[in-house]
Amino acid sequence: MTPPARTSGARHHIVSILVENKAGVLARVASLFARRGYNIYSLAVAPTDDVKLSRITIVVDVESSPLEQILRQLDKLINVVDIFELAPEDATEREMLLATVSATPEDRGQVIGLVGVFEGKIVDVGRERITVMLAGSPSKIDDFENLIRPYGIVELQRTGRVALPKLERRSSRLRSVAGGSPDPA
Amino acid sequence: MKLTGAQALIKSLEMQKVEVIFGLPGGAILPVYDPIIDSSIRHILVRHEQGAGHMAEGYAHVTGRPGVAMVTSGPGATNIVTPLADAMMDSIPMVVITGQVPTTAIGTDAFQEVAITGVTMDITKHNWLITDVNDIPRVVSEAFHVATTGRPGPVVVDFPKDIANQTMDWYWPSSLDELDLPGYHPQTTGDTAEVRRAAELMLAAERPVLYAGGGILKARGAEALFELATRTGIPVVTTLMGRGTFPDSHPLCLGMPGMHGNYTAVTAMQKSDLLIALGSRFDDRVTGKVSAFAPEAKIIHVDIDPAELGKVRRPDVGIVGDARIVIGQILEALSASGLGAAPSHGAAAVPAPGTLAASRPDLSPWLAQVRAWQEEFPLTYNQVEGGALKPQYVLEQLRDMSPEDTIVASGVGQHQMWASQYWRFNHPYTWVNSGGAGTMGFAVPAAIGAKVGRPDKTVWAVDGDGCFQMTAQELVTASAERIPVKIAILNNAYLGMVRQWQELFYAERYSEVYLSPDLPDYVKWAEAMGCVGLKVESAEEVAPAIEKANGIDDRPVVIDFRTDAFEKVYPMVPAGSSNDDIIVGPAEGDGGR
Repeated sequence: MTPPARTSGARHHIVSILVENKAGVLARVASLFARRGYNIYSLAVAPTDDVKLSRITIVVDVESSPLEQILRQLDKLINVVDIFELAPEDATEREMLLATVSATPEDRGQVIGLVGVFEGKIVDVGRERITVMLAGSPSKIDDFENLIRPYGIVELQRTGRVALPKLERRSSRLRSVAGGSPDPA
Repeated sequence: MKLTGAQALIKSLEMQKVEVIFGLPGGAILPVYDPIIDSSIRHILVRHEQGAGHMAEGYAHVTGRPGVAMVTSGPGATNIVTPLADAMMDSIPMVVITGQVPTTAIGTDAFQEVAITGVTMDITKHNWLITDVNDIPRVVSEAFHVATTGRPGPVVVDFPKDIANQTMDWYWPSSLDELDLPGYHPQTTGDTAEVRRAAELMLAAERPVLYAGGGILKARGAEALFELATRTGIPVVTTLMGRGTFPDSHPLCLGMPGMHGNYTAVTAMQKSDLLIALGSRFDDRVTGKVSAFAPEAKIIHVDIDPAELGKVRRPDVGIVGDARIVIGQILEALSASGLGAAPSHGAAAVPAPGTLAASRPDLSPWLAQVRAWQEEFPLTYNQVEGGALKPQYVLEQLRDMSPEDTIVASGVGQHQMWASQYWRFNHPYTWVNSGGAGTMGFAVPAAIGAKVGRPDKTVWAVDGDGCFQMTAQELVTASAERIPVKIAILNNAYLGMVRQWQELFYAERYSEVYLSPDLPDYVKWAEAMGCVGLKVESAEEVAPAIEKANGIDDRPVVIDFRTDAFEKVYPMVPAGSSNDDIIVGPAEGDGGR
């Protein structure tokens, strides 16, 4: 799997889904995207402060009009409690990266320097390699990934993004889909 | 009270007032079949699990109560997948209990193991795998609640064998609060402001049409629709799933729209300036080419399922809610605007002076136009004396010789379209068919389920020869269980609808559609299954055979009507075409074939 180094395209949508913390729920959610042939770009799932509920954060490449239909169908799933679609500009998004990078004695100082600039952490050190950790906005992670790539990425893993609505929103694109009638736009 | 899981399951079904289970036992479901012996619930032993599913559907269609089917794991469960998909498409409440291998064996490719919750994920409203014996009463309650509320649909409860043998302390959820459904809250009442806008649009329209679908039947809303149509004087089309929601005998009823709808129903929708969609979903068989569908019409769309609003056509007014309740709200809003109830039931209302309703456009030019289309373009066929037997003639005879509230079940294909066109449905819940999924073989088992649900009514299945061969074995079930359904096979020796398309769109190149009129011998087959078998080859024989069949009430009857293989279903809107391009009948010179 080679994900493109692009996480903020125009067609990206962030969907935040509050679901029951039960077996099979993720499969039901994923199936609604799969049946239409849409690939899920990134996915993060974890329990919320209420142990009976989990939050699924999905980033998906899809046009707005089929997405609206998918959101309504997701909301019909019995295990889905609530859905929000977050416009990227209205969301606080974070993602974490773990990367093992080639760091020969002559490069090591530069790699450590980059980690410092990006406020990451060195979490493991070997003779020729180091493993670094970085949390931040997806675009910051992208930048970091591009800058360390020339040193030689041995392995890289990103978590997929989690997102919450920004507290001061300028537009009103945050909307709950639950039970609503369509906006007549 | 200590119960085994199997006993708890059966007791839970009894608590849900289930009166009949359609099913077939097998290894994984064996423990559950033991307490059935002691239960008040009737079990009907089918010959194939697909039959159980369609019987449950037929039962649900005519009673409004959820149909219940029970099968074993693996192939038992996969055999009922088609009925589940069928019920999902047509919003039929159905609860299917599937046996499953023991929880300890799940995932090991055990004998007769299929992960049926995964298989049925997209064709059920919801499904459950029971993993704790103590969950049984709650999950069964949830299953029936989900199947029957909101937009109804099928559910599956997968029941592992070891759970059936464990014991639990019996309880029964005393209220919905004890169910664990935090994400399930169907909205039944429409938004008041939207309802008011709907009433305003209705009072402003010059060429309105009520587009009545199966959702009205699910909502038990036929009476409300009758009041809405008659008070406003707005004509009604009834979709394939909505036949019977509004009586065909009423002057405002235009009949079925769509690919094989009548000219008036199709064209009235095309030319209308306001479509009021009630429990209907703009199916491709109704709209034809969507971009050319009813181009001048504003849309009011009422549906209990929020995902239907805007799915195909964006509504001008979209209302989420139960069709019966929302129609009631619209009637109130109309009253508030000056169009109150008429002095006598079923008459048009007189607007109160000085109200919005008083300045309402006169609908009489529109209704005159509709009448003119009806006169110019009626449904036609030509039964020549001594000529080949026309299927439409058989249906008209069957209709005229059977009680008015006869329940008609059909399979899928030409015979289904003719049945919908030529029957006169004057009562709701008298038409049982597979609309969305188009499941061949639906008719025989669905008719059996309908007769179980309404033993007081005459039940005719109108079937094709191709369909009949798919599920005919259930007539053995009907004979054994003394369920006297009647089957009219319109036997044209072909997969007729496919043949029609090959004739019209594939240059008469008939690929794999010929079936033979007498292989199998339908009369002998019927007799072998314990039914009375009759054969009809000419128009004169039709009435005597139907009379004989209607007089038999102690066993099923099958009539093999040998009909004209060349007859085609008209009108027809070719797939993907605009409804404006409706073909009313055969081309010149083609009519005698």
